[in-house]
Amino acid sequence: MSAVRVFSPPPLPPVDRREVWRYAGIRNRLEGEPQLPQQGEAAAALLEDCLAEVLPTLRCRLAHVEYPLLIEGDRLDLGFAAVQSAALARCMAGCSRFVLFGATIGQGLDRLLLKHGRRAPASALLCQAIGAERIEALCDAFTDWLEAEVSPRGLFLRPRFSPGYGDLPLTLQREILRALDSPRTLGITLNRSLLMSPSKSVTAIIGLGPLQGSPPQR
Amino acid sequence: MKILDYLHSHLLILDGGMGTLLQARGLRPGEHPEHWNLTHADDIIDIQRAYFEAGSNVVNTNTFGANPLKFEAEELTRIIEAAVRNADEARKRAAGEHPKYISLDIGPLGRLLQPFGDLPVEEAVAAFAEIVRIGSRCGVDLITIETMNDMRETKAALLAAKENSSLPVLVTNAYGEDGHLMTGASPAAMAALLEGMGADMIGLNCSFGPKQLAPVARELLRVSSRPVVLKPNAGIPRDVDGKTVFDVGPEEFAADVAALVREGVRVVGGCCGTTPEYIAALKAAVREIEPVPVTAKDETVISSYTKAVSFGADPVMIGERINPTGKKRMQQALRAGDLDLILEEGIGQQEAGAKVLDVNVGLPDLDEAALLPQVVEQLQAVCDLPLQLDSADPVAMEAALRAYNGKPLINSVNGKAESLAAVLPLVKKYGGVVVALTLDEAGIPADAEGRVAIAKKILQAAEEAGIDKKDLLFDPLAMAVSADPGAARVTLEAVERITRELGCRTVLGVSNISFGLPARGALNGAFLSAALARGLSAAILNPHSPEMQRAWCAHRALHGLDADFSSWLVFAALDTVRTVKAEDTAAVPAEEPADGSALQRAIVKGLKDQAGALAAELLTETEPLALVQQEIIPALDRVGQGFERKTVYLPQLLMAAEAAKSAFAEVKRVMERGDRPAESAVRCPVVLATVEGDIHDIGKNIVALLLENYGFAVHDLGRDVPPQRIVDEALRTGAPLAGLSALMTTTVPAMERTIALLREQAPACRVVVGGAVLTKEYAERIGADHYAKDAMETVRYAEAVTAEV
Repeated sequence: MSAVRVFSPPPLPPVDRREVWRYAGIRNRLEGEPQLPQQGEAAAALLEDCLAEVLPTLRCRLAHVEYPLLIEGDRLDLGFAAVQSAALARCMAGCSRFVLFGATIGQGLDRLLLKHGRRAPASALLCQAIGAERIEALCDAFTDWLEAEVSPRGLFLRPRFSPGYGDLPLTLQREILRALDSPRTLGITLNRSLLMSPSKSVTAIIGLGPLQGSPPQR
Repeated sequence: MKILDYLHSHLLILDGGMGTLLQARGLRPGEHPEHWNLTHADDIIDIQRAYFEAGSNVVNTNTFGANPLKFEAEELTRIIEAAVRNADEARKRAAGEHPKYISLDIGPLGRLLQPFGDLPVEEAVAAFAEIVRIGSRCGVDLITIETMNDMRETKAALLAAKENSSLPVLVTNAYGEDGHLMTGASPAAMAALLEGMGADMIGLNCSFGPKQLAPVARELLRVSSRPVVLKPNAGIPRDVDGKTVFDVGPEEFAADVAALVREGVRVVGGCCGTTPEYIAALKAAVREIEPVPVTAKDETVISSYTKAVSFGADPVMIGERINPTGKKRMQQALRAGDLDLILEEGIGQQEAGAKVLDVNVGLPDLDEAALLPQVVEQLQAVCDLPLQLDSADPVAMEAALRAYNGKPLINSVNGKAESLAAVLPLVKKYGGVVVALTLDEAGIPADAEGRVAIAKKILQAAEEAGIDKKDLLFDPLAMAVSADPGAARVTLEAVERITRELGCRTVLGVSNISFGLPARGALNGAFLSAALARGLSAAILNPHSPEMQRAWCAHRALHGLDADFSSWLVFAALDTVRTVKAEDTAAVPAEEPADGSALQRAIVKGLKDQAGALAAELLTETEPLALVQQEIIPALDRVGQGFERKTVYLPQLLMAAEAAKSAFAEVKRVMERGDRPAESAVRCPVVLATVEGDIHDIGKNIVALLLENYGFAVHDLGRDVPPQRIVDEALRTGAPLAGLSALMTTTVPAMERTIALLREQAPACRVVVGGAVLTKEYAERIGADHYAKDAMETVRYAEAVTAEV
């Protein structure tokens, strides 16, 4: 078995404001309308305020570990656990190894969300959208690194797959956090509904396979 | 020799990692290492014996993850008993003459405490208590609380250790790359809490190698009066040919740790990746080092869950506004269990420059012992300032101290025997800096001499109770000059003498000085300046008062405490704004009349401050209800229709709603002043909640805001709300509508249960549901009356329901 490794991300790319607006519910409307109508300026100014508030609170952590993989029909032996999931089996078809990772941007954002909460829901909405953009940016930075890391071995990344996608049970979160030694490496915890805290956290499985099968993508 | 006696004149060597060694012996991924105490006792004994023989004075039991949240009671007991037995056997078998101790190892529970997680703090204390009771019964020498990521959980564990054993306690936290815990605490904040509660050794473990941990270790050496512990990883793991290798080898590790021992670290060992080989190298590297004595640091420090605040030359501003005395709205809100106003007041004072917040919720008809801890928890969730817990009721005080995350200010003790007996033990047990009022059974002495004498008496009593002088903050009491023209002089003299003669820090509640006189602000400001000049360390005041701010900022600017004048410049800029604002309430861009009145434009544009100011202005001549009907609702409707037509987006809708809310707040203020209950402005009650198990509440909050704007009396029960609580509230308020929110598929069953319970016990109540995973069909299937795809649709449905009833 490999050791759980801690990934120190390179500086993340600047915040993609269009992504943030998308997460905040301005879905695909920007294409046709390049600027926010009506009170757009005030909203844009609010976003900058929220960015100034959120960015200093980010505490990114990411831990990952590689395992061999056995697939038999819909059953997968993940090394740290065995699961039944047709969707995961499909996604991982042809892979003999995979990488398990957990990532978080820390609890600062959750505090801001609670602070704004009922007092300033517009700020809460934008802060959580910024958090969503940042955790994705962190995961992307990791998969970029991982891609470069495994390509000399002739391996390519399959799409990220998380508990709760398709028929992969959320209960797998418990085993995942244990396998990642979360108390020591991540500090991510689960509540009784298996939701993660900090709320902007991701756990996922990435298949490492030959080029055939699904193309490498995020 | 007892371990603390040994530590007094020696370095203490701890053990190293366990996980990688167990894996090498066949521990499978996902398997609980704690089970190995029962199934592979010989392996555990072997490893622990190797540590003792490598030179460890202390070996931890293999119980890092052994807690009642993971194991049933009977199994937990067997695991811990076996773990202590194994460590004891290792000690018996180990060669070497050095003292050998066994420590009960306690790691994090794996669930986050409220308010960010769902584990109530007292449940965490109870879980740790169970471990401590079993472990200490088995006969260990020490308790180790380690790898803690969260300050609140660390406090719960330490409290359990102190309440259930008399063993020494070693506490180490896992700091991140930025030198803070993941939940935000700085080393100074952590040290203040741990020392205050009586941890015997404090430090850090895990995370990184010794080089990366050095800055945090140095910071702890700077602030801590207790021996500092360092237990780093063997650097960072990598894979080499399928094997795990750590990038810091034993010799390098030992040299790096030894360097920090020379700087003062007294207790050392290793964490992940370290082995008996590392401990042997470490032992050799520190053999010749003379232990650096641990020195007491004379700093008066309190802390929040993130930061420490020190009382010294730079005065500390304590905001006084969270206190219902004389505040009708706050009293009403507290009686209704609505804490929003309090949270608002807390955040507002922080923005105005307060560094500590006083929290008082004492009202004759309220259960302060239940309310104060709740307010403390909620306030700490949204505000990172340390709090001054303010209560005359020792039961409420103790409840608040248990709930508080950090080392608080405690307000207050005085020279009366009864007060000393009730308060000092709490200070000793929970840690804290206590405000000491210079009064006793004979009242408040008329002269400074008498007040200094009482201060000395309190110092004496504190010393006897085991409380350090640095943890007292004396308040020589500002009395009204209108009653005694010499009052201010006496207080100022007492401030000076307590500072100079007793070497203690002082605090004053300033505004009492001007009681009964006009133009109080000017008097208060002048008195504050005088007190600060005499060495006052902190003042309890209203941070929103311009006169106070003027005196405060000027003092700091004139005494070299604001060296680059940054605070003064901020004050000056605000002062100008205040002056201009007084002349011209609102500057809303003029636009064509078709856009409606200035207030309507301010709402549509989402300009919160202007909307409030304009509403206040209009209310001088407009009836409150007319303002709602003619201005607020039409403006909101315009934005709402835009949202429905998709020309306005959600953030903009929300900003408009927030602006409308601040206009609404003015309406309520006026109605209350006019003896008209604000309730006549509202339509009907609606109960809202995010269902049990779900912690996502942004959507629900948006719905609450819009419903309030449309005049509904929203009873928002928050998130993770049990079904029965929702039903009870629906029955209590007679609400014709309940709105339920769920974001996750896993929590929809809780929504279904809630609906079923409502049908059974409150059949008249309609149910509207929303949330990311829901659809119209799904909503029908779980028995809801209506599915709302967004907040505006919820408003429309609520209006339809109201029209029917």
